[in-house]
Order: sequence, then C-alpha cells, then structure tokens
Amino acid sequence: MIKNISNLGDAALYCDFGTEVNKEINRNVINYFNNLRDSNFLGITNITPSYNKLVISFDLKLTSFAKLKKQVENLELKKNNNPKNNLIKIPVCCAEEFALDIKRLQKLLKINEAKIYETFFSKNYYCYMTGFIAGMPFLGDMDKSLFAKRLETPRVKVPKNSIGITEQFCNIYTFESPGGWNIIGKTPVDIFDNKKNTEPNLINPGDTISFYPISKLEYENKYE
Amino acid sequence: MNKNYFKVLRPGINSTFQDNGRNNFYHIGIPFSGAMDNRNFILANTISNNEINNPVLEFAYQGPKLKYIGENISINVTGDVNFKIIRKNKNLELSCYENIILENNDCLDILSTNRSVYGYLSIGGTFEVDYYLNSCSTNTKAKIGANSGEKLEKGQIIHLKNIKKILPKNKIEYLNSKIENIRIIKGPHFDYFSKDAIDSFLSDEFNVTKLSDRMGIRLKGPKISNIKNTNIKSEGLVKGVIQITADGDPIIMLSDHGTIGGYPKIGVVISADYDKLVQIPPGSKIKFKEINLKDAETIFKLYEMETQNLISNFK
Repeated sequence: MIKNISNLGDAALYCDFGTEVNKEINRNVINYFNNLRDSNFLGITNITPSYNKLVISFDLKLTSFAKLKKQVENLELKKNNNPKNNLIKIPVCCAEEFALDIKRLQKLLKINEAKIYETFFSKNYYCYMTGFIAGMPFLGDMDKSLFAKRLETPRVKVPKNSIGITEQFCNIYTFESPGGWNIIGKTPVDIFDNKKNTEPNLINPGDTISFYPISKLEYENKYE
Repeated sequence: MNKNYFKVLRPGINSTFQDNGRNNFYHIGIPFSGAMDNRNFILANTISNNEINNPVLEFAYQGPKLKYIGENISINVTGDVNFKIIRKNKNLELSCYENIILENNDCLDILSTNRSVYGYLSIGGTFEVDYYLNSCSTNTKAKIGANSGEKLEKGQIIHLKNIKKILPKNKIEYLNSKIENIRIIKGPHFDYFSKDAIDSFLSDEFNVTKLSDRMGIRLKGPKISNIKNTNIKSEGLVKGVIQITADGDPIIMLSDHGTIGGYPKIGVVISADYDKLVQIPPGSKIKFKEINLKDAETIFKLYEMETQNLISNFK
C-alpha cells in the first residue's frame, strides 16, 4: 500500500510504496496504476509506475495537489485489476556481432558463455516498468550468478533491439540510445512500433517475459 | 488539391511541429512534448483565430526560411523573434504578435530569436501534419508525431489546408519578460544533500550550458555534493524536475525528457516559471529560489489569469 504521498513540484503527486525492489511492492504500484487509469479523476495527465513509486501528473488548471491527494487516498481498489498482464515470448539472437559484452561477462562472472545463456534463457522475467526511452521494459529478476555491473564507460550508441543486463535487471533497447548495460544479444522483434497508433508497446508493466534463442539465419528471416 | 504550401529553403536549427502535447503515455516511455513555451503557443493560435490546440511550427535560435506558394494567407510569429518577408526583392520588416499577409512567391525568413530560445509560426489555417497518439507534436527521439518524427528538412514541402479569409491586422501588446531567478519547490531527495550543498544550490549562480535542448537544460556551477547516494532506484520524472547527476551538476528536465530517471531530485521548477525557464539561452546565468507549494499555486493562478487577459483583450 502507499506509505506516503508528497508533492513533486506543484503539478504532480509522488506516491511512495517503499524502498526495496521486489514484485510484491511493484504489483501494488501497478494495481494502483490500473485502478487510477479507470478512475477518471479530473485533471490527471500522466501516471508513471516504477519499481516502488507512482508519480501522478496533473493539470494545475483543473485540480490541485490537495484535491487529488484526497481522491487517491480514498480510491477503492479493485483487486486483480491486471487483465492485460500477459506472457510474452521474445526471440534473441546471440551471434557474436550482437553479443557485444559476452566476453567481458565471461571474465567478470567467471562463467563460460554457454552457461551464461543457459541460465539467462531458463528464467521468466517480470516487467517492473517501461520507460526512459519509448517502450523500454525494465525486467527482473536475473539469476544471482549473472549479476554484473554496468560498463564503466557507457556506450554512446547501443544498437536498437539489443538485450542488456545489469545487476538484477535486464532490458531491451527499443531505440538506438546511449547506455551502459551489458549487451548479450539482439531481438528481431520491434518492442515499440512507432507506426502503430494504439498500444505501440509490446510489453507493459506487470507482463511476464520469456526469452528464447534463435540462430542468425532465423534472425535474418524474421527481420525481413 | 494542395495548392497552398511552403517550400523549406532553410530548415533552421530545430524546427518541429508542436501542439499542446501528448497526455497519458509516460508509462510507456513517451513524454508530453508539445510547445515548449505554452503561453507563446496559445497566443500564436489566438492571433490566428484558430482552435487553441492547432499545430504551430516551433523553431529554436535560428528559424526556417520558407517560400510561400498559394493564395493570400494571414500568418503571425510569437516570441522574441527577428524575421522578415522578402517580396519582389524588397525586405519587409515586421513585428511579432500581429497578423501579417503572406502573398504568393513571398519568402518568409525567420532569422533568429533574440536573447531567447523558442519562437512560433502560426497561420490562419492549418499545417497538414500527421497525428500520433492524439497529438501532432514531433518527438525526434521516439520518431513520432508530425513530419515522421523528424525536424524540418531542406527542400521539403509543407502543405496547408483550411485557409481562412484574411484576418484583421490586430496585435497583442506583449513583452516577453526575462527571468534569472527560477522559483522551485523542494524535491523528494532534498535531504540527500548537505546543508552546505543546499545553501550553495539556493544562493550561487549556475551557467546554462550548450548541452541544452527540448529534453533538458544542463547547468554548470558549484558542485552539489551528495551525502547519501548519487543514484536512486529509477522512478518517474515530470517537466521541471531538477536532478543532480553523479558529477554534482544540476540538470532540469524539459518537455521531451526521458520518462524515468535514477538521479536524486533536489527540486522542481514551479509551473508558472516553466515558459520563461525554457527561453533562457545557453551562456546565461540563473539562480534558484525556494518557495512553498501554496505560493506556487497562487503564482500559477495569477500567471494563468494574465494569459487569459491577453487572450480576451485580443478578441
């Protein structure tokens, strides 16, 4: 549940659900997010769920911090309000040219390449949030044996559709972007489709993701 | 069909189509975008007698040079902008905030914004642009919105539609005042910083650097040192949030900002100062002043009344 609601400037609520990162807290955040999306409270312009916070932006011409805070505090939560939370399967090609940091990871983690991939592909991952750049999912949790630090010097350009890992998390770079995560492969699937005018993002907060390996040939065929 | 159009002879530095922006997509990583200086955007559409959310052409520093082909049309420019019309080899010097008639074969040359950043071109009619998720605002990072999510390019054609009859030559008397003191409200990580760091943050000057654009303003000044942690678990951001990077430099998030971030938030710029904040060009110095929420709300009401007065006096 929400531990505290404070103001983030004069046009947003900052709802604090705790300090740890775990699924239980994040499911609470997403449950509030889904309920608020259905609430039609006047003036809400954006709701941003993250690991353990929920930021609600509003139009200061239409409502205020005090008014909206009261509404959020009195919101009656409908349980299991997560109908859209799906299992999504994402193919990953781990060819050398896409797995930019696999050599570094072998050294850092002291595990061979095959074992890294076996461990990575054996788990399902939960989507804590999407954002930073359009559609980018923040997924977890990784197996402890794969916990790795970020690159000391971030890349200026991480190729679009790269799969990155750091600490307990993995993600997918939906656009070419600067970034410091360890890149282990690339998917031929566009996670954010800027041609689609409804639901352009394949992965939503609360979804479960499983990755599976594909060959270079399969990658090229899918890409066409 | 499309007999009225502009041809782009020079695109300018960062010319994009914008409207009021895109709501309710932060959770998938898509920021508001929209015109940076909302008041000047509203005034542009007011003078053109358009719907308040009609697309405008926003430009920064140096604007575009546009050749016009078509029937006579009313246009206006808002902001603090130096521009002219070249008609049959003669230069017509013009002023902002009034309707001007553009004739066939005229060349509209938007030379520069004066000691400010953004200006707006509006027409008595509508730029024919693509919409994406209920807004035409171009976001060049996600490549969405008008012009396939790109800045204007040299040689391209901008089609116009719904051209209105020539509008009366009315003018809004408005002076863009500049500010150096930016008013802020404490952020959720205010206590990550020592008393000395906060004193310095609220009393020293900061330089607006060249690394400033529609996503954010990067500042250089005294280092704001952190006594807790230079990183937090990533969480939602809003327009005007001031994050302190691991290097101790403040960065203010603007309309095209990344939707989540992992640096501590020392403060948030009040809504009433946002339009003026975005207009501060690189090379300027700014200072922060802390106020409380109640005062920020009152100041916003006054700012909004001022905007409404400008609109109603014009009509």
